[in-house]
Amino acid sequence: MKTVRKSIASAITTGVIATALSMNSFAVADGKVKLGILADMGGTYADICGKGCVTAAEMAIEDFGGKVLGNKIELVSADSQLKPDIASSIARKWVENEGVDTIGGLVSSAVSGAVSKVNVDNKKITLISGSASNTFTTKTCNPYNVHWTYNVVALANGTVKPMVESGKKNWFFITADYSFGHALESVASKVIKEKGGKVVGHVRAPLGTTDFSSYVLQAQASGADVVALANAGNDTVNALKAATEFGLTEQMDIAGLLVFTQNAQAMDPAVASGMRLTTGFYWDIDDKARDWSQRFEQRHGGIPSMIHAGVYSATTHYLNSVKAVGSDDSDKVIKHMKQTKPDDFFSRNAQLRADGRMVHDMLYVEIKKQSERKNKGDIYNVIKVIPGEEAYNPIQASCNFS
Amino acid sequence: MNDTKLNLILLAIALVAPTIFYPVFLAKILCFALFACAFNLLLGYAGLLSFGHAAFLGTGGYVTGYLMINTGLSPELAIILGMIAGGMLGAIFGKLAVKREGIYFAMVTLALAQLVFFFYLQAPFTNGEDGMQGVPRGAVFGLVDLTNNFAMYYFVLAIFILGYWLINRTVHSPFGQVLKAIRENEDRAISLGYEVNRYKWVAFIISAALASLAGSTKALVFNLASLTDVHWHMSGEVILMTLVGGVGTMLGPILGAGLVVTMQNYLSGGELGNYIHIIMGIVFVVCVLSFRSGIVGQFLKFKRNNF
Amino acid sequence: MITVFGINLFALFGQLLVGLINGSFYALLSLGLAIIFGLLKIINFAQGALYMLGAFLALLALKYLGINYWYALILVPIAVGMVGILMERFLIRPIANEDHLYSLLLTFGLALIIQGAFTHTFGSSGLSYSVPEALKGGTRLPFMYLPNYRAWIIVASIVVCFGTWWMIEKTRLGAYLRAGTENPKLMQAFGINVPLMVTLTFGFGVALAGFAGVMAAPVYSVSPDMGSNVLIVVFAIVVIGGMGSIGGAIITGLGMGIIEGLTKYFYPEASNTIIFLVMVVVLLLKPAGLFGKEA
Repeated sequence: MKTVRKSIASAITTGVIATALSMNSFAVADGKVKLGILADMGGTYADICGKGCVTAAEMAIEDFGGKVLGNKIELVSADSQLKPDIASSIARKWVENEGVDTIGGLVSSAVSGAVSKVNVDNKKITLISGSASNTFTTKTCNPYNVHWTYNVVALANGTVKPMVESGKKNWFFITADYSFGHALESVASKVIKEKGGKVVGHVRAPLGTTDFSSYVLQAQASGADVVALANAGNDTVNALKAATEFGLTEQMDIAGLLVFTQNAQAMDPAVASGMRLTTGFYWDIDDKARDWSQRFEQRHGGIPSMIHAGVYSATTHYLNSVKAVGSDDSDKVIKHMKQTKPDDFFSRNAQLRADGRMVHDMLYVEIKKQSERKNKGDIYNVIKVIPGEEAYNPIQASCNFS
Repeated sequence: MNDTKLNLILLAIALVAPTIFYPVFLAKILCFALFACAFNLLLGYAGLLSFGHAAFLGTGGYVTGYLMINTGLSPELAIILGMIAGGMLGAIFGKLAVKREGIYFAMVTLALAQLVFFFYLQAPFTNGEDGMQGVPRGAVFGLVDLTNNFAMYYFVLAIFILGYWLINRTVHSPFGQVLKAIRENEDRAISLGYEVNRYKWVAFIISAALASLAGSTKALVFNLASLTDVHWHMSGEVILMTLVGGVGTMLGPILGAGLVVTMQNYLSGGELGNYIHIIMGIVFVVCVLSFRSGIVGQFLKFKRNNF
Repeated sequence: MITVFGINLFALFGQLLVGLINGSFYALLSLGLAIIFGLLKIINFAQGALYMLGAFLALLALKYLGINYWYALILVPIAVGMVGILMERFLIRPIANEDHLYSLLLTFGLALIIQGAFTHTFGSSGLSYSVPEALKGGTRLPFMYLPNYRAWIIVASIVVCFGTWWMIEKTRLGAYLRAGTENPKLMQAFGINVPLMVTLTFGFGVALAGFAGVMAAPVYSVSPDMGSNVLIVVFAIVVIGGMGSIGGAIITGLGMGIIEGLTKYFYPEASNTIIFLVMVVVLLLKPAGLFGKEA
């Protein structure tokens, strides 16, 4: 009896395993376009790419007409909580089990890295709008990465270079302790050294630090000319707050290497005015930008960050390409995306290079004084436009996927 | 219904499940079920509440992940080494923690686990907040390619069964009986001549090693080892799983893990993502106030009283 | 830059100051835990969440009721204390006779609920609360720049900590409390309402966390996870100090803050872990903690 039961059990086992193994979980081009937006719904970066990123993608789909290849365009969104493991498992569920074709939004380089890994295994396009690390088009580049909006090289070239050239030679870094901060610090340090400057010290603060006092004290003791904040979002705001409290702002220059409009709005104008920074987009730059930004503001309740605008622009370019090639097959779509120039209110003199880097003109701006501001959103004076080729790193031979 | 029959039915369900459900999700449940069973060995059978078991889950994941990325070992070897590393860490934790009892034991394990958390946060090989990304799944014995999700699932199932069997053996061995005696009345066990702390220590090591086994396997399933697995929230989660399912029962932790993971899976990614901690907290409070023996525990009580 | 024997005094004093401020919060929180533990023999895992609640109440009171910092400093601890009293009366007391581990788990669950609710409502990024007008600005000392509010934190928390210590060790009320800890049945027989005393003590211990929360609001951003981050450190401090004495909790709290500050100067990489390392050493040498009595 026992042996009979055993052999039945083993027969079932073998049968089930065999069937299961023969089934392949590969998602195929099905003609239905489904976009996933991963954002930070409640964390440090929620203001710069949270619900607003979903809104931007919704607007892109609506403006496109809501349908492509005869099917309604679907949109799903989720909260990455800025954790790579959560992002990775959501992405895996989306592309392997729910037929998602591309994932966008993607604030925080750690999150984007994790998602990009899942996507490349499944041959899905990653539309990175929110992250800054340049690794997606250099060290960890792959044929399916698309990096929109900005990156650390553009920030360093835009903000750091002119400061070193003006004679600020000694730099101290307060760096966000994850891939983005590390990348930004290393790229900026390189620029500083090339221009004859010196990095006198650095300190790394965890993402989401609220009390920067001990880091500010280290900066204060370093004797640097400039304290560079290689962080973003509320980290920048909190670091500046501590710097003010301990009188650092009276002794040294502070350079915010990545400042989003929302953060610039939140900073005390008395401290922040005159600070110069680089951004990929400013809502008030021309009529087209103002038009879109006003529509966005009506729906979202605040002016757009460069990431919001980037999500809209990247989504639109993706959908245009799907329509043009008549398929949601990633290989065909990405090829077309790289062949045609994106052209909208966001993309100025833009081009999606073979390595997946979207190169476009960047803006060098200065935070306005309180007295110069006409309204809440009126925060920047545009000093100059940095041409894309000047701002971004040249294409790396090993990442040339043409 | 006897235990063997029940186990066979469960096995049959586990074998067919991936044809209906997403295999990665099922594999995740099995990993956490093993983790909870390992934890339960300590809480349910030795009466020790560890608030630091995340350290072992995470260690298994990081060690296995590191080996898979850097050495090209086959996955079964990387998993075994991850388990050994976790067991060794468990030996250190255990040595320090068994000196204290009850609440102190919980706090000491919690604090030690936090030490481990900061170590992994700062150690370069873990990539800190970014996590160890792109851990390859490899091929078992160089033969079965685990990149196929179904193959991965059955591999995890095999590991789970092995771990479960080991825990079952431990609990029903003379060693397990002594542990239960210590749980029930430590002073009596001492007066009977048992070296109580030694027994506790060994139980701690076994539990830690099996928790690491769960972590190692999880790292392969998700191609990723991250700080979430070492964070003290994870230590709390495993307590919840065990408590909901039933402390000191063999099947309770499995059921608890299944419920908690399903709930998280359902909530995460949706608008309700934020509610997860609130719901977990409420489940905790309800369990402690009125449901202390968990679902399986209550069921067994009910069966005993009525049949 | 002033340096003595290669030590940058500016930086060293700065880190010591920051350490002492953190130590003030450690002391307030571990003192609250010690008082609660003394009578109930439970560890209140929700202490961190209630500290966070204190900070949020101060913020919300200012925003919606116009209650300023100084009033909040008195009103918020009372409100948080009331929350504690309700918790003790309706949730903890029903399981008072079970294994104490259950009350640890219960308070852990409560901590998750409170933190989760605030994360859901306010997001996890943190809100700012400005320093009260009277304490804005700072003083330039020879070695460093001392913001006035930071100095106030140290003074205020030391006063509160030692006031509490004096009340418990030197007054009649404190004597009842200590006697209740030693032998609750006998106290009951003497006609002291022990359950009421337990409830009020729990409320007081929790109010200390609320007080710490108000103090913390202007220096740390008010965020839902501010409590859980500090709580684990406080647990380690409690293990180091041992649960036996009120004074031990205060001294260990402040001392660990200073040690953390020193580490930040001499070997910053270890600043997060130093307290846990100290804990391991203490456990090896003196398992009951520095000031604890062997149970």
